[in-house]
Amino acid sequence: MKQLPAPSKDLRAYLPAIEPERQVSDWGRSERVEGVLDKTLYDFLYHYWFRCEVEGIEHVPADGGALLVSNHSGALPPDATMILKAVKEEHSRPRPVHLTVEHFFKGNPLFSMLVAKIGGVPAHPANVQRLLYDEGQLVLVFPEGRKGTEKLYTDRYRLRRFGRGGFVEAAMRAQVPIVPIALVGAEEAMPVFAQIGVLKRLTGLLYFPVTPTFPHFGLLGFLGYLPAKFRIRFLEPIPTDQWGPEPYNDRGLVQRVADEIRGRIQDELYDMLAKRTSVWL
Amino acid sequence: MAPARRVLVTGVSSFWGGKLAQALERDPSIEVIIGVSPDDPSLELERTEFVRVGTQHALLRRIVQAAQIDTVVDSRLIVDSTTASERVAHEGNVIGTMNILAACAGPDSPVRKFVFKSSAHYYGCEQDDPAFFTERMQRPHPPRTRLERDIVEAEQAVASFAERNTDITVTTLRFVNGLGPDLRTAHASLFALPVLPSILGFDPRYQFIHEDDIVAVLEHAVREELPGVYNAAGDGVLVLSEVASLLGRRLAPVLPPWGTGLAVEPLKLLGVKVPPEMVSQLRFGRGVDNRKLKAAGAPLRHTSRETVQAFAEHLRVAAIWRDSAEPYRYEREVEEFLRYSPSVRRSTDAPENLQA
Repeated sequence: MKQLPAPSKDLRAYLPAIEPERQVSDWGRSERVEGVLDKTLYDFLYHYWFRCEVEGIEHVPADGGALLVSNHSGALPPDATMILKAVKEEHSRPRPVHLTVEHFFKGNPLFSMLVAKIGGVPAHPANVQRLLYDEGQLVLVFPEGRKGTEKLYTDRYRLRRFGRGGFVEAAMRAQVPIVPIALVGAEEAMPVFAQIGVLKRLTGLLYFPVTPTFPHFGLLGFLGYLPAKFRIRFLEPIPTDQWGPEPYNDRGLVQRVADEIRGRIQDELYDMLAKRTSVWL
Repeated sequence: MAPARRVLVTGVSSFWGGKLAQALERDPSIEVIIGVSPDDPSLELERTEFVRVGTQHALLRRIVQAAQIDTVVDSRLIVDSTTASERVAHEGNVIGTMNILAACAGPDSPVRKFVFKSSAHYYGCEQDDPAFFTERMQRPHPPRTRLERDIVEAEQAVASFAERNTDITVTTLRFVNGLGPDLRTAHASLFALPVLPSILGFDPRYQFIHEDDIVAVLEHAVREELPGVYNAAGDGVLVLSEVASLLGRRLAPVLPPWGTGLAVEPLKLLGVKVPPEMVSQLRFGRGVDNRKLKAAGAPLRHTSRETVQAFAEHLRVAAIWRDSAEPYRYEREVEEFLRYSPSVRRSTDAPENLQA
C-alpha cells in the first residue's frame, strides 16, 4: 500500500492559497470597508485632527510575525486605528496590522460587523498564534485591555496591570519579536471623567463613560475626539528566542518580561510627556 | 495493513453514502460493498448490496460477521435537524452509533477500519470561539442544541471505541456545511431564497465543502490510513455578505438580533426550516482549520468560494431543468433480478461476489 508522508509538525505549508478575487480575508477583514474608512476618516484623523508624529517605525519588522504592544486609552480608543494607519503610512513595507479585541464585540450587533471588517480579531490565544506563527502577520495588543480604556482622566498615562502576561506567552510560543509602543495624545483626545456603573449594566456595554461629548450628544458623541496631538513611538523590538526552547512554560520569566515591557513603555511615556510642550500642538 | 476489500456503508440512502458506494463500485479490487440504511437508496447502485435496517442498526453485527467486512464507513449521522425529528435523530445518532460500534468491536471482529462521518457542529458556534477550530480543541461551552449534544455524544463513543480497539484504524471526519446541486440541506434552501435573510448587525463567517469533495474525502479515508480526527472543509472562510454576492442575492438583515429563534418561524412559510444550529451559525459563524486533512493528502478540489459559485450556477439553471429528469427510485425486485437471476448476462470482469 502507498505510504503517506508522515504529517509534518509544521502545517504552515498547507495554509489556504490567497484568492485574488476576494475582497474579504479569512478573518472577515474587508478590504473595501477598510479602504473607504482609510481614505476618509482615518486619513482625516491621522493627518489633520491628531497630526500623528511617528518615531522608530523601522522597529516594526518588514516581514514575518511581530507582536505590537501599546498603552491603551480613550472610551472609544482612537489609538488602535492610528497605530494601524502609522504602519500603513510610514513603513517602507506597509502591512495590515491585526488588532485583538474582546470577544464582546463579536456578540454585539452594534460592533460585530464593523470590528471584524476593519481588522479586529477576537483575542483568543489560538487566533494570535495562527496570525503570528502560521501567517506571519503583525498583531497589535493592548495588554491593559479594558482596564486601560475605562480608567479616568486623573489616572492618565499611568499604565494599568499588563494582564497576566498572556501577550508575552503568545509571542514566545510564536517565536516572534515584541515591539513595544508608547503613544501620547489619546488620553486627551477622549478624556473619561466618570464611569456610570448602573447605565453600563442597563445598556449591556463594556462600560458607560462620561466624556466631553458622551452621553449628552448620544451615540455620535462617541466619535467626538478632541484634537490632541498624537505622538507614537515604536521602541526597539525584544526578541523572544533568547531564552532557549519553550520559555513560555516558565511563569516567572513570562511575568518578568511582561513587567519589563510595561516598565519600558511607562518610562518612554514619562519621557515623551516631559518633552511635550503642548497637548494640542 | 491490508487495503479495504469488503466495505460496508451505512446511510447508503444519503447522497454521499450512495455516491461513495458508486465510487467504490468502480474499483475492481473492492470485492464486496454492502449498503445499509433504513431508507431506500436514492442513487442507482450497480453491485452494491442493499440491506434495509432499522434506525438503531441493531442487527448489524450479524451482517458484519457473515460478510467478513473489513471496512465500515458510517456516513449515516444526522447533521441537519430539519431532516428528522429530534427523537429520530437521537435514536439514529446516539443509539445507532452505539450499535454500529458494538457490531465492529469484539475479539473475533473482521473489521480493521472504521470511518465515521461527523460534523463541525461538534464545535458549536459561540461568541468566544477561536476563528479556526483545530481538531484538538474542545468546544468552549457545553452543547446547546439537541443535535449538537447528540453529535458530541456519538463522537465520544467513537473516541472511546478507538481507544479500546487499537488494532482498528478509526477515522473521524468533521465536515463543515456541505453544498452542491444534489444536497438538500437547510442552508441550501436558505440560499435558494430570492433574498438572503441575515441577522441584523451580524456578518458571520462560513466555510463550505463541495458535495463531490465530501465523497472524495470519504473515499480517501477508505483507501488510505488516516487514524484520528480530521476537519473536512474547503479552503477559505467566507462571510455571509460575500456568500450573498456570489449567489447574486441581496443580503436582507431582517432577523432581529434578539429573539432570533422566534423570528425565523415565518421563514417556514417560504419552505425554509431554520434549525437552532443554523441560528447560531447565522449569528457567530464558524471556521475550522483543514490543514491536517490537507497534509494527509485528501483531495479537496473546491475552495469555499468555488463551492458557493458552483451552487450559484446550479441555482441559475435549476429553475429551468426542474422536473425534467425523473428521480431514481429503488425497486427491490428489479435490483434483485439484476443481481441474482441466472437469466441476466453479466460481464465477465464482474467480481465473483455475485454468486456468493
